[in-house]
Amino acid sequence: MPRLSAGRRHTVRVTLNGRAVEGEAEPRMLLTDFLRHVLGSTGTHVGCEHGVCGACTIDIDGAPARACLTLAVQADGATIRTVEGLAPEPGRLSVLQDAFRRHHALQCGFCTAGILMSLDIYLRDTPSPTEQDVREFLGGHLCRCTGYVPIVAAALDAAQKLRGVARDA
Amino acid sequence: MTVKPAVQTANWCGQSIERFEDAALLTGRGRYIDDLGVRPDTLHAAILRSPHPHATIRRIDTTDALKLPGVAAVLTGADVVKLSAPLTVGVRAPVQCWPIAVDRVRYAGEPVAVVVAVDRYVAEDALELIDVDYEPLQALVDPMQSLSSNVLLHDALKSNVASDRTFRYGDPEAAFAKAAHRVSVEIKYPRNSCTPIETYGVVAEYEPGEDSYDVLANFMGPFTMHAVMARSLKVPGNRFRLRTPPDSGGSFGVKQGVFPYIVLIALCARVAARPVKWIEDRLEHLAASVSATGRATRLEAAVEADGRVTALRYDQVEDVGAHIRAPEPATLYRMQGNLTGAYAIRNVAVRNRVVLTNKTPSGLNRGFGGPQLYYALERLMQRVAVELYLDPLDVIRCNLVPSGAFPYRTASGGLLDSGDYPAAVAKAVDEGGLAELCKRRDSARAAGKLYGIGLTAVVEPSVSNMGYVTAVLTPQERRKAGPKNGAQATATVAVDPSGSVTVHIASVPQGQGHRTVAAQVTADVLGLAPKDVRVVGEMDTSRDAWSIASGNYSSRFAAAVCGAVHLAAMQMKGKLARNAAAQLNVPADEIEFVGGKVGARGNPDNAIPFGRLAAASHWAPGTMPDGAQALRETVFWSPPQLEAPGELDETNSSLCHGFIFDFCGVEIDRITGALRIDKYVTMHDCGTVLHPGMVAGQINGGFAHALGAAVYEEFAYSDDGAFLSGTFADYLVPTATEVPEPLILHVETPSPFTPLGAKGVGEGNCMSTPVCIANAVADALGIASINLPLTPKRLAPLIAERKP
Repeated sequence: MPRLSAGRRHTVRVTLNGRAVEGEAEPRMLLTDFLRHVLGSTGTHVGCEHGVCGACTIDIDGAPARACLTLAVQADGATIRTVEGLAPEPGRLSVLQDAFRRHHALQCGFCTAGILMSLDIYLRDTPSPTEQDVREFLGGHLCRCTGYVPIVAAALDAAQKLRGVARDA
Repeated sequence: MTVKPAVQTANWCGQSIERFEDAALLTGRGRYIDDLGVRPDTLHAAILRSPHPHATIRRIDTTDALKLPGVAAVLTGADVVKLSAPLTVGVRAPVQCWPIAVDRVRYAGEPVAVVVAVDRYVAEDALELIDVDYEPLQALVDPMQSLSSNVLLHDALKSNVASDRTFRYGDPEAAFAKAAHRVSVEIKYPRNSCTPIETYGVVAEYEPGEDSYDVLANFMGPFTMHAVMARSLKVPGNRFRLRTPPDSGGSFGVKQGVFPYIVLIALCARVAARPVKWIEDRLEHLAASVSATGRATRLEAAVEADGRVTALRYDQVEDVGAHIRAPEPATLYRMQGNLTGAYAIRNVAVRNRVVLTNKTPSGLNRGFGGPQLYYALERLMQRVAVELYLDPLDVIRCNLVPSGAFPYRTASGGLLDSGDYPAAVAKAVDEGGLAELCKRRDSARAAGKLYGIGLTAVVEPSVSNMGYVTAVLTPQERRKAGPKNGAQATATVAVDPSGSVTVHIASVPQGQGHRTVAAQVTADVLGLAPKDVRVVGEMDTSRDAWSIASGNYSSRFAAAVCGAVHLAAMQMKGKLARNAAAQLNVPADEIEFVGGKVGARGNPDNAIPFGRLAAASHWAPGTMPDGAQALRETVFWSPPQLEAPGELDETNSSLCHGFIFDFCGVEIDRITGALRIDKYVTMHDCGTVLHPGMVAGQINGGFAHALGAAVYEEFAYSDDGAFLSGTFADYLVPTATEVPEPLILHVETPSPFTPLGAKGVGEGNCMSTPVCIANAVADALGIASINLPLTPKRLAPLIAERKP
């Protein structure tokens, strides 16, 4: 662990959605601010900055994490995936993203990035969840637009399709 | 070159097509205000807020803050007073409303100073270096206490009551004198808010050479506020350019409340002589953005022996918080035409008082006045049933506006456009399984459980009359001020030189999918596919067609804005048909637009591609018939039914009225007081449905907000005025584990007053659901008086008080 000085900027290097990137951050800079305003990846959103709403959830080294409760310097050396990394290519959506679109599982889209990141990891680890499982898991996210009904439907639909993909592979 | 439109043609309206908005939002490519680039010299603002609910500011010392490297400016109330005028207040009262505290703070969280610095981190550092000397004053939290307190929030007002009006419709005294029974309820409706996940944001610039402001903000309208802001900034409207970003992270009314910050940050940009950006944080949002009003209501009914209500008497005390911030007291008057709800009650007496308290100023919030009004009215209808030993369903049914009575003029002047309330109720009772639910209640109770059923019938107003808030003035005052009325919606349909169609709407979408539905509406008129139509939703007051009613509120999109889109597309179609007639040698009225082609009806060979025809006005305007250049059609549409309030205060407050009938079964845990929704049924008549998927989204989303308001959420203050709900760990928003899926049912009676027959649908459950759940809880516990939110803390003592 390098020694950091409070008033100085330090170089933070991460692998972001498969690409090596770096930027400067004071030790107190939040990872959300670093991603959004230093690296320019604005897909990760900030909803509460105290870890409750879940909008800023990203994948750090394979596990979901609240970027708003993480300092940028803590992420030095980490492999990070954000919502920008979910689609297989520009103009195409992932199975989960496509399920969200078909089920109208988003309205304003502000909480969506965090929910997609959480579900992407969850469905990888839990391929056959029940509706209650999905609801319990989604309890870590706040959505004010949808009432959650279409999000749950999209998650279950995506799980089924992903199981099909896994079988066919 | 022309764009080749898709050949497919259909009735796109009524289909749940995928949203055009979604691909960008799902891939992290949304363009919300904090995602957009700013000028390289942009500074960042942070706001120092009062820790006191009520205090005199003796002195503010900003010396140390200004010395901090990176700080460009610090503004206080004195600077704001020097550079601007107070925000216009909607009542005739000697009160001033500023976007920052001036000499006195009146709620915890009120802005006291703004630091402008190179980045937000430095700006927040500097806040800690500002020294404010406060002399605390007694805080008033309870609106009823505020009514008679000697402590004054605004000294010049001489009391805390900013408005006190009485209304009389029909002959309520006679009805009460004759009534077989009187039934009454007393309600304290709490303060809450729909808390969008994206907070407020403003980026402002000032150009001294032209004395003009240019502001980007995630403001949602209404654009009456544009005039308020321009006046406060002391510039004519054309020197206050207000733009909105392409995407907004939800609003639900709440982002109307960014407008004082637009003024404040604009002044910061002027003082700092550089662009200034401010993004609100969550604590700021919960403490000090905007709240729905709290309301204390006493409501009494004159009732016949069979349960028919012949008169209502309202005494409403509206808690608007520390300032009467525009457009308040609109929450109190939005329902003025709907004081009798879904019922044919001909006599109404009202006393409305607007009272100031040491709390966050109130403003728009989903439901806006409906939750507060219907909580009293529908609790009352249940009490009528209980006290007269009648079935609550029978009491609702015997009071409903009867079938065939539409358009129906309510006692207070509302014009209910269409509906068949008894038929909708009958269908909901049948398809929603009310009889089966009653059996469930019986067996649950037989097993010793606390189980109750609640019912509610409401009308859901949409498309607000911009004049309704003038009902707060007396008829004499209104005559002096001049009439205010209408609800102007605008839309522009344009063709470009490639022959493709672009639509602009001034509805400032906040995530609802307006761009998709406007494309469906346009495609239907012009014989195109929705994907051939591009819709622009962001607003720029310097360039776009707009008026005071523009914006995203009062559920006006489907009814008013889509109607304007339809009319503008029809105008475009009319011109294109004349051009086609000249080219195809057939009369214009025999031209049809189908499958991306424009041709002679019945002769598919005599047709030209839409794009080629549409482009011709650009490439060969000289060949167009006179007056038929089809380039850009803008429609300003205002429904004639929205007249100004009358001499007797009769007020048609909204254009459209959907109907909702809800019922639910709830079970309460005897030990923990936890509330479980066993079943929830919600019947809607919102007129013509343009996009069923989005309508379901609005109902499910509104239901979740309403459940939060009913069971979890409250902006809580301690008795001494401290704010207690500053995080999402204190202000509890329901998650996926708490929100059940309601059974949604529909009937459709198109509105005769809107071009497409559509009505609003987004706010109804925020009006019907809180009281429906409360009625079920009251039924479960056998109690007469119940207030929100229905937390275990509130329910546990009520359970304990019950006789075993």
